[in-house]
Amino acid sequence: MFAFIIRRILQAVVVMLVISLVVFAIQKQFGDPVRDLVGERVTPEERQQIADKMGLNDPFLIQYGRFVKNAVTQGDLGRSFLYNKPNLEVIVEHAPATIELVLGTSLIIMVLSLPLGVYCALKPRSWLSRFTMSFSTLGVSMPVFLTAILLIYLFAVHWRILPSYGRGETVDLFGNGIWMTGLLTIDGLKHLILPCISLSTLMLPLFIRLIRSEMMEVLETEYIKYAWAKGLSPRRVWLVHAFKNTLLPVITVFGVQIGIMFAFTLLTELVFQWPGMGFMFLEAVNRADLSLLIAYLVVVAALFVVVNTVVDILYGFINPTVRIAGTK
Amino acid sequence: MKTKLQQFKESYFLYSFRRDLVAMASFVVLVIFLFIAFAAPWISPMNPYDSANIDIMNSEIPPMWMDGGSIEFPLGTDNQGRDMLSTMFYGLRTSIIIGLGAVAIQAAIGIVLGLMAGYLGGKTDAILMRLADIQFSFPYLMVAIFMSAIFQVVFGAGSFEQMAIPLLTIIIGLSNWPMFARTIRASVMGEKNKEYVEAARVIGLPQRIIMFRHILPNALTSVMVISTIQVANAVMSEAALSFLGLGMPVTKPSLGSLIRSGQEYFFSGSWWITVLPGLWLVLFVLVINLLGDWLRDVLNPKLYKG
Amino acid sequence: MPHLLEVRDLEVKFALRSGDITAIDGASFTLDRGERMGLVGESGAGKSVTGFAIINLISKPGFISRGSIHFEGNEISAYSLDQMRKIRGNRISMIFQDPMMTLNPVYTIGFQMIETLQAHQNISKAQARAVSLDKLKKVYIPSPEKRLSQYPHELSGGMRQRIIIAISLLADPAIIIADEPTTALDVTIQAEIMDLLQELCERDRMGLILITHDLGVVSQVTEKIAVMYAGKVIEYGPTETVVHHPVHPYTIGLIGSIPGTIEPGKDLKQIPGMMPTLTNIPPGCAFNPRCELAADICTKKTPVFEEKQNGIMAACHMK
Repeated sequence: MFAFIIRRILQAVVVMLVISLVVFAIQKQFGDPVRDLVGERVTPEERQQIADKMGLNDPFLIQYGRFVKNAVTQGDLGRSFLYNKPNLEVIVEHAPATIELVLGTSLIIMVLSLPLGVYCALKPRSWLSRFTMSFSTLGVSMPVFLTAILLIYLFAVHWRILPSYGRGETVDLFGNGIWMTGLLTIDGLKHLILPCISLSTLMLPLFIRLIRSEMMEVLETEYIKYAWAKGLSPRRVWLVHAFKNTLLPVITVFGVQIGIMFAFTLLTELVFQWPGMGFMFLEAVNRADLSLLIAYLVVVAALFVVVNTVVDILYGFINPTVRIAGTK
Repeated sequence: MKTKLQQFKESYFLYSFRRDLVAMASFVVLVIFLFIAFAAPWISPMNPYDSANIDIMNSEIPPMWMDGGSIEFPLGTDNQGRDMLSTMFYGLRTSIIIGLGAVAIQAAIGIVLGLMAGYLGGKTDAILMRLADIQFSFPYLMVAIFMSAIFQVVFGAGSFEQMAIPLLTIIIGLSNWPMFARTIRASVMGEKNKEYVEAARVIGLPQRIIMFRHILPNALTSVMVISTIQVANAVMSEAALSFLGLGMPVTKPSLGSLIRSGQEYFFSGSWWITVLPGLWLVLFVLVINLLGDWLRDVLNPKLYKG
Repeated sequence: MPHLLEVRDLEVKFALRSGDITAIDGASFTLDRGERMGLVGESGAGKSVTGFAIINLISKPGFISRGSIHFEGNEISAYSLDQMRKIRGNRISMIFQDPMMTLNPVYTIGFQMIETLQAHQNISKAQARAVSLDKLKKVYIPSPEKRLSQYPHELSGGMRQRIIIAISLLADPAIIIADEPTTALDVTIQAEIMDLLQELCERDRMGLILITHDLGVVSQVTEKIAVMYAGKVIEYGPTETVVHHPVHPYTIGLIGSIPGTIEPGKDLKQIPGMMPTLTNIPPGCAFNPRCELAADICTKKTPVFEEKQNGIMAACHMK
């Protein structure tokens, strides 16, 4: 088990190095850190001086090494031209908003998809199952941003019961200005509802179908038939034997889907003017802030790698056969 | 010996298709869509990509069945005065070109790499699959967004605009090839051990021929199923990119960019700028998904649906 | 005296989209306490389906369309799920073919054994554990305590099958139905498992229905035998008699094709043709296209299953 964890972590590190190298190369080729630091109004001589001092004329690999070292030990991912602050700070400021969005959406998905998916697998011909499945095909065909706009129209403009943009009132969670949360105020929660629902409409159909089809496949296996032959109660066969085996592939998919969720928060944040990382990213694109863009890329990549690694390790804990298979 | 056509006519494939109303209806709708997209330049009232045709004085005219609408603009106009009907036709055309093109690229890369990984095994397999896994761990939309963003920031919005369609096709194509690679690889590994492969090897056929002429045709059913999903994904990706402002430029709007530009006008009354292209897009993706669902059921008899 | 298990004119159908097909077309046999019976036939003859039918576990879309299954004085063919549950794993246990696929890979052996006991009896976990250990010892598993906390994939095929047998013994059932219990195992292990089954049945007076295509095994382990062909029981009688003096032409052909029964130097007999699939059963006697003795009546009328000679029952016009 231990060897498995070590291998997975090593793999994650290698991936991060590769990505950071690519990203750094792009930055080196096209970025302009001198401008980011001191703006446009400097003479060419001053630029050269500053460039030398910043170590910009050193060999590529040395600069890369410095980049990695700075990033890992000091969290220095460069400086944003747009916000005139270190990139990491900008990202961290915007992170809580996105994280809370993803959290809320995950909650909705878990609470709804598990029971619905299992039910649709156990009673495929009931009207609820048929309805859910038809609805899910529709859900997958609707772009997130369209759903979001329609939801806003319905709940915010037409019925006026929910707010249509922004995070609402936020409160300092830890008291040190780092995490402004909307989870502790009614207003904040109200603002969270529509964005989370919009985002979940994309993933819900996927998960319901996945859980349903996995469960149906599991129900056809020999060991489930054997469980019936042993005279176990239906509840036990379904919820103890079938469910755990269904859950395993679902967990891996969930890990990957969290990543996809981050991609789609971009769209949701745009529609709802939600001040999260996605919104910040789009601003960076509009204002050609390459440094911030690159930093964001690195952070997001790191996030995915971490999530995937954690999911893989968790999977190894739950599914005993993986640990042995992996050591071959 | 029956001809291929006769065999097809009697096949389970066609039988199942005829019995499934949803599949037939979807197919008909899809054909209509494809026709519209292909014939857009001839059947549209005007060319919305040509700025000479657009008069800002015509902006925000409602569809013809509402007050203030006119037959000249059957579905109304957008915020710049473009005819909605024409723009929707052209937008569909753009979406289909990019969607099919992107999937063609994904399939080409994915199939070749997947074949190699599956058949040659060993180191080739390990390296290629590592690569696919790494890219797979990043959501394809994110990869597409990043590529587009970096391109725009680095080369400027102007050059992006000029090469929008091919660029978007390549970007979306590159972002999702691992899906194809994995699927083909799984199929190939299943086929690899069958006797006809061994026979071909014994005869002395070169690897390339075995892979492409013998194994590939048998591994294609799995590809067919995911192709439909991937086309739907590609179309949605293009719409998403355009919505974000990272896709088709404002001067050559696609369905996604229309939805975006319509957002501000939606709540103040000009709902058609967002809703009509939205419905159009949803319908298109829906029929693709429905056909994909049906295809999957037909080609995969494993799950008895009872 | 009533039999422990009596199956009469059992008919099983499968409801497909294109209509119903008959998988078992009339099977009749009995089993008493401690009796060991073999249910023999080729793949697709319907023996497994018959075995599953007894505990009403036929895969959908199969169902029992006609006939009676009498067990311990009760008609169980129409039992509800709840009623059937009390019998499965409790009074009648079943052993499946492939021990790798039968045990749930994500739970320990102990977990899967204890739950079986607790499903049928009101006992504590500690007591259930004790019983499980006892049964594991009965099937000669080394270091039984260790096995309880192991996962199925950590054990060899032979061990897994022993554990499955142990599980089937947990509630001290009256009958064990063994569906091809050794087909998925190595030849050397096969003999051990068969010996074990025989010993357990003899010692604890358990009935055994051994479903297999292996005539050699059947002739050594069982006391009576039912031969199935294309969904019907076509011959039924004491094993000794059926093997040495078969009545039905199919059984004659079957026995004749076993290497051990023919004198050295002589040719092995082969039955020409193949057993028909469920959708292609010929009218009259299903075996008639391949039968040497087939006459005109064989293509028209289905033969009656009745007593023939030496205590053997068979379905044939010509005997």
